[in-house]
Amino acid sequence: MSDHSATQSHGLVHRDDEGSKLGMWLFIFTEILLFGALFIVYSVYRFKNQDAFHAAALNLDTVIGTVNTVILIVSSATIAMSISALQQKNKKLAITLMVITLVLAFSFLVNKYFEWGAKFHHGLYPGAEHLMSLGHGQNQFFFLYFFMTGLHAFHVIVGMGFIIFVMRQVMRDELTYNNYTRLENAGLYWHLVDLIWIYLFPLFYLIH
Amino acid sequence: MSHDTHEEVHITPYSTYIIILALLLVLTAITVGVTVIHLGTFSVAVALFVATIKGTLVLLYFMHLKFDNKLFLGLVAIVFAVYTAVIAITFIDYLSR
Amino acid sequence: MSETVLKAGSAEPQYQPSYLEMETKHKGILSWILATDHKRIAQLYFFSMMTMFLIGALIGVLIRIELMAPGRTIMDAQTYNGFFTLHGIIMIFMFVIPGLPAVFGNFVMPIMIGAKDVAFPRVNLLSWYLYVIGGIIVLTSQFVGSGPPDGGWTFYAPYSVKSAANIGMAAMGAFFLGFSSILTGLNFLVTIHRMRAPGMSWDRIPLFVWSLYATGWIQILATPVIGITLVLIVFERVFQLGFFDPAFGGDPILYQHLFWIYSHPAVYVMILPAMGAISEIIPTFAQRTIFGYKAIVASSLLIAFVGYFVWGHHMYTSGMSDTAKWVFSFITFLVAIPSAIKVFNWVATLYKGSINIQPPLLYAVAFMFTFMIGGFTGLIIGAVAQDIHLHDTTFIVGHFHYIVFGGTGFAFFGALHYWYPKMYGRMYNIKLANIAWGLFFFGFNVLYFPMFVAGYMGMPRRYFDYLPEFYIPNLISTMGSWFLYAGIILMIYNLVKSRKTGAIAPANPWHGVTLEWSIQSPPTYENFDEIPVVKDGPYKFK
Ligand SMILES: [Cu+2]
Repeated sequence: MSDHSATQSHGLVHRDDEGSKLGMWLFIFTEILLFGALFIVYSVYRFKNQDAFHAAALNLDTVIGTVNTVILIVSSATIAMSISALQQKNKKLAITLMVITLVLAFSFLVNKYFEWGAKFHHGLYPGAEHLMSLGHGQNQFFFLYFFMTGLHAFHVIVGMGFIIFVMRQVMRDELTYNNYTRLENAGLYWHLVDLIWIYLFPLFYLIH
Repeated sequence: MSHDTHEEVHITPYSTYIIILALLLVLTAITVGVTVIHLGTFSVAVALFVATIKGTLVLLYFMHLKFDNKLFLGLVAIVFAVYTAVIAITFIDYLSR
Repeated sequence: MSETVLKAGSAEPQYQPSYLEMETKHKGILSWILATDHKRIAQLYFFSMMTMFLIGALIGVLIRIELMAPGRTIMDAQTYNGFFTLHGIIMIFMFVIPGLPAVFGNFVMPIMIGAKDVAFPRVNLLSWYLYVIGGIIVLTSQFVGSGPPDGGWTFYAPYSVKSAANIGMAAMGAFFLGFSSILTGLNFLVTIHRMRAPGMSWDRIPLFVWSLYATGWIQILATPVIGITLVLIVFERVFQLGFFDPAFGGDPILYQHLFWIYSHPAVYVMILPAMGAISEIIPTFAQRTIFGYKAIVASSLLIAFVGYFVWGHHMYTSGMSDTAKWVFSFITFLVAIPSAIKVFNWVATLYKGSINIQPPLLYAVAFMFTFMIGGFTGLIIGAVAQDIHLHDTTFIVGHFHYIVFGGTGFAFFGALHYWYPKMYGRMYNIKLANIAWGLFFFGFNVLYFPMFVAGYMGMPRRYFDYLPEFYIPNLISTMGSWFLYAGIILMIYNLVKSRKTGAIAPANPWHGVTLEWSIQSPPTYENFDEIPVVKDGPYKFK
């Protein structure tokens, strides 16, 4: 007893990889429901303003949207492969794949920046006179567009932070071929970001 | 606390990921392509259908549901079922107003 | 299970330093606010929650005094609006929702499954910090900005997006509290899945733990919905978006859908752990195996599941479609079945038991009484036709206080009297506890029952003033609140005083047989010297 009371963290509970993965999944469930609520808002307003949503969606750039979709899918594959690399003790390849993932994630954000910039330039932002003149339905579309892609972009940033965090641990050999659950969890989070985009993309960019 | 983890470690070969990646890219091309041909009201359904196939691939292969403890697969299925039911019940209201 | 336990403690057990006295890396207050031990975190929650509860109850008493007679009594209308809003936010988000899981779940759940702590002790501490941050934001919102939030704890749009009062900040506070709740639920689910002692199979888990398991699922699946909805409200206020404001083509009824998609299941976050605590207390004080263990487990899971699809019964008068109304009404009635199963099982457990009347059992019996009234009135307003008449009257206020205060509140204080000797290693004054319970129970019914009458007569809820014909029920109700408050104060006095001067409690004062009674009171830092091996189901009394 006395030797344990020196520290408050229960060092006696041995590492439970399956448990931390379960924790990550449960967290992903909350994220799914978080976006899920927004998808409910989206579907209700789309149902009520079908024509306006179609008209508004014409303002979105399908090319940028498609490019960003490809970027996220590829980055999802690279982070998944980095787990295999680490499991096969190929630390260098694992880190390379994580760096590629981060570069792709960053280019996603750059695209997003230019895309949003163009919308602002055309007066398609909440409160802009031009958008106000387009009527309620188109307003709702753009409110949701900014809110949902903005929240998604926030998750991209958090996911990047998570990947950087585990990448440092891989570099320092704190995560290795027999202790990689944290990398798996970062991967799971990143796939969630991808998963949400898989639905955001057709619902905003592909209504014609 | 006696459950020992990773009794059998599953290492997904790179080739699996490459195949899934290719499939996802093909499906992306399909959804983008479909918007060019006008399917009317079906276009939402097609878009969501393709997105769901893509999502399932991501869940099963990238997120390892196919290889991991089946508990995770079951939980994911339940969560999506509950969410779908919530949407459906919300729309009982909107469809019958 | 009892046999296994006795083996470990058969030799005269040596008292070891408990979690209250253990030496830690940090000294003084830091050893508490940086603690990762689940029992210390439970204490942190307990003290912060009791503080909030007393503030909330005091505001409740002030509201009652204001309503004692028609017209202005002690405060103006805007203060009254602020008070009932604050009362709701404090009681719902800071006491009844987190109450039983965060305090007693944290304290006994790991011990009950034979674990040394929860799965993620540091996340557990983080939950408490989020709780405190949320609480501070809500309280601060009262004093800064453009006036205390009004419009009620439900933040209904479009009022909440248009009111000049400081609603955005209160909504942000509720967001943090929701996050805290999510992390607690997540932590408990992983703990229950992964950290059960050898032999503790799913059919041997104590019922309180099962109820926390069902609750955990609601916490992680429903809370994010309100989290993001409140963020939408804040964005709508700050950035002039128009999600719910009809002036922008928004749909206020959609806000209500989203709000109740969380807030109805939240009722089960409140009541399921309460039912779980009652399921622990009743077998112990009847010294009898719980009747229908599997049925109680199944009903917990069923309540959690079905409870997810009934939210629309809060919206019968909101302008929802008629089809949706009967669908929601029908599913609502289904929830009554698993709830009734539990009550039958408790009564059947008591039947022919060797009943030992002690304060925890009194609270449990009071729970059953008030929960039944709350449940039956719930059926009355679950039916569309009656609800059209009773909606937004004090009948509703009476109903949900019978559930969340009469249900969760009595279970909380019952659990407190049940596990108090385990938590502090002292026994309170039983006689005083019984008197306090009597005042509490009497005051409670005098306070809330007249609300059914006034509501049935047509008195609207949340109104500052009322017609003279509602005077008598309101007067009785206000007088009831004084008895209730006196009971609470007496109870707290007894518990606080006994903390230092009460008789030393034995390890197992109530002759319970779940694992927490097999270890010393108060428990050591690691709970168990040796992880127990469980050989039998719970509630096997000799
Ligand atoms: Cu309800």
